[in-house]
Amino acid sequence: MRRVYLDNNATTPVDSAVLQAMLPYFSEDFGNASSIHSFGQRCRGAVEGARASVAGLMGAKPAEVIFTSGGTESDNAAIFGVVNAAEGAKKHVITTKIEHNAVINVCEELHRRGVEVTFLPVNREGLVDPDEIRRALRPETVLISVMFANNELGTVQPLEEIGRIAAEADVYFHTDAVQAAGKLPIDVEKIGCDLLAISAHKLNGPKGAGALYIRQGTRLHPHSFGGRHERGRRPGTENVAGIVGLGKAAELAKKWISDDAPRVAELRDRLQQGLLAHVPASRVNGGAAPRTPNTANITFFHIEGEALVIALDLKGVACSTGAACSSGAVEPSHVLTAVGMPPEEARASIRFSLGHNTTADEIDFALSVIPGAIEHLRQLSPTWKKSAASAPTPAAVQS
Amino acid sequence: MTRDSHNTVAVAMSGGVDSSTAAAILHEQGTPIVGLTMQLWDQRRLPEVATDGPVQHRCCSLDDVYDARRVAEHLNFPFYVVNFEQQFEQAVVRPFVSDYLAGRTPIPCSHCNSSVKFDQLLTTARQIGAEQIATGHYARVRHNTESGRYELLRARDDAKDQSYFLFGLTQEQLARTLFPLGELAKDEVRAIARRASLPVAEKPESQEICFVPSGDYVRFIRAYVADQGDAAPDAAGEVVSTSGEVLGRHDGVHNFTVGQRKGLGVAAGRPLYVLELDAERKRVVVGDDSELGRDTCKVADVNWIPFARPEAPIECTVKIRHKHEAAAATVEALQGNSARVRFKNPQRAVTPGQAAVFYSGDLVLGGGWIR
Repeated sequence: MRRVYLDNNATTPVDSAVLQAMLPYFSEDFGNASSIHSFGQRCRGAVEGARASVAGLMGAKPAEVIFTSGGTESDNAAIFGVVNAAEGAKKHVITTKIEHNAVINVCEELHRRGVEVTFLPVNREGLVDPDEIRRALRPETVLISVMFANNELGTVQPLEEIGRIAAEADVYFHTDAVQAAGKLPIDVEKIGCDLLAISAHKLNGPKGAGALYIRQGTRLHPHSFGGRHERGRRPGTENVAGIVGLGKAAELAKKWISDDAPRVAELRDRLQQGLLAHVPASRVNGGAAPRTPNTANITFFHIEGEALVIALDLKGVACSTGAACSSGAVEPSHVLTAVGMPPEEARASIRFSLGHNTTADEIDFALSVIPGAIEHLRQLSPTWKKSAASAPTPAAVQS
Repeated sequence: MTRDSHNTVAVAMSGGVDSSTAAAILHEQGTPIVGLTMQLWDQRRLPEVATDGPVQHRCCSLDDVYDARRVAEHLNFPFYVVNFEQQFEQAVVRPFVSDYLAGRTPIPCSHCNSSVKFDQLLTTARQIGAEQIATGHYARVRHNTESGRYELLRARDDAKDQSYFLFGLTQEQLARTLFPLGELAKDEVRAIARRASLPVAEKPESQEICFVPSGDYVRFIRAYVADQGDAAPDAAGEVVSTSGEVLGRHDGVHNFTVGQRKGLGVAAGRPLYVLELDAERKRVVVGDDSELGRDTCKVADVNWIPFARPEAPIECTVKIRHKHEAAAATVEALQGNSARVRFKNPQRAVTPGQAAVFYSGDLVLGGGWIR
């Protein structure tokens, strides 16, 4: 059976060039990058080469990049690191309601430990209002954490403005750029952030590798303890193969952002327009805001998203109802709830996220399968029958 | 499914050897199947009743979901976990607790069958393209071409027969259900599981209520009531004889079931049995063994299967408990979906909350709730 993968925001396939770059570092160049001998030195070289590539992806200096096990660890290290290093008995953090769980749950834990946290709301497009950040600032605010691009909607926050606010207030600014890296250009100087997290497996690199940008001079307490790796900021024998993979992926991503992103955006638009045209009572979420070029989050009214995802999987189309880490949960997505969707709408929303491997043919296949699957579900839906009875022709609605 | 989608069957998989073998049988026959495990109850919700160590053989323990998934991987068919926690709580857990507090002894499995397994799951199956579901129940269903109705029968393995729990199934539900194990004996099922090298072939069975770890339902009720934010009910009251003489005290009628002998806290020199639970007056009525027999009982919410409500009384056999030998009786349908059962001989411990299921040989005529 033909299988089409439209869930790249969950993870991406490792590019063959990335895999080739990684392979020598398992059994041939297997050294510990901290060893003095030549086995170690070769790996040290590879790690530093990867560091330069990752720094290049975000306009940073190599010395400002440390390697981690992924986006979640990077976010934990950044937020706990800054807050724990901050002085003062009272501390305050500003973040948003639509952050990934790797930020939200860290902030919840900080709250349990006595730190005040403000979770700012977002508008219907999923955007935070910079003025609200300004208003939320207090003398004891030590950190602002706002994600670059949201994983469920794809919408992009006004980071440069937030960076300016943070600089004015002399407060650290962290951004979870896990969904943005590999899709949009990142320039830490333009943004003005102090910390930025990325994850390899979202940009055609391997799972289990990530990076954290730490602006020179940032006061950060270490999050775990052990050897003096990564300039004393992150202990643990370097995952050389994973790091090399991340480096190669970053190198490729930099090219793709200019060379391939427009093509992916076009395919995303084709999918979006095709669905809106052939599926009545459907709505794009976050379409009016700046978005990553690959994401389309669409509400198909009067169906259950979970059932649709299964039905589509059985027909060969892979997509999702929201963040992979919360699938199977009873609660609707906190992101979709934050943009004002009632639970039935949130549960009827599907995220399609394309990638560099997505072809026009695959989009055509998806378009040939999805409307019929939705129609089948609607025939079984009591609320669809009710709405069809009251309205003459439910029209496609685009926000 | 790209093959004949109309024949796709969704198999309800618990991770146990029965439902896994049901899946294997259909798969071997070439029927396109999709495995579905229902997430019904979060074991972590009531920490006070959480047990240490692996919570296996309880509904939706991670180990059991994992086992179901492994079977699906081994046989190579699609598998999904679907979340019915809300419906299960509404339709099964809540009534379970309120029944006990009202002095009844509930059968949650029958409520789950009617409202979740053969309701929600049937809906989900249809949504994903499977018109029929299959379960690992020991029971049989057949279509009577003369009457046009679907009939429910006991399993061929009488010792394993679970038709008692399925009395509430409607025509629509029966029309869409397969019971692949109905003609098989338990050891045949295990043999099939072993032949198919199922990862669960040697897995032991569980007999308890799936959402009550340890079987301590009293603790569960206390924890659930607290979780709901309700005050623990002041349920203590008197243990009395049939003549009203106070013999002792109790902590709540929900600690007892009709026919119970142990734990009465009364020293009377002779064995005493629970005859009746009066939740309103918080009384447990006890008496001699000889007082335990009843020759009639009233049954509510009766579901008739091979025919609609009968006009005349029917001679049949009736089970009042899962582990009860069906006793000869006459069943008369009454107004408003009730029935009266008149046993030929008095039956011990007729328990409100249990089901009375009517049989004609292997054929399930119907059943309802004992009041």
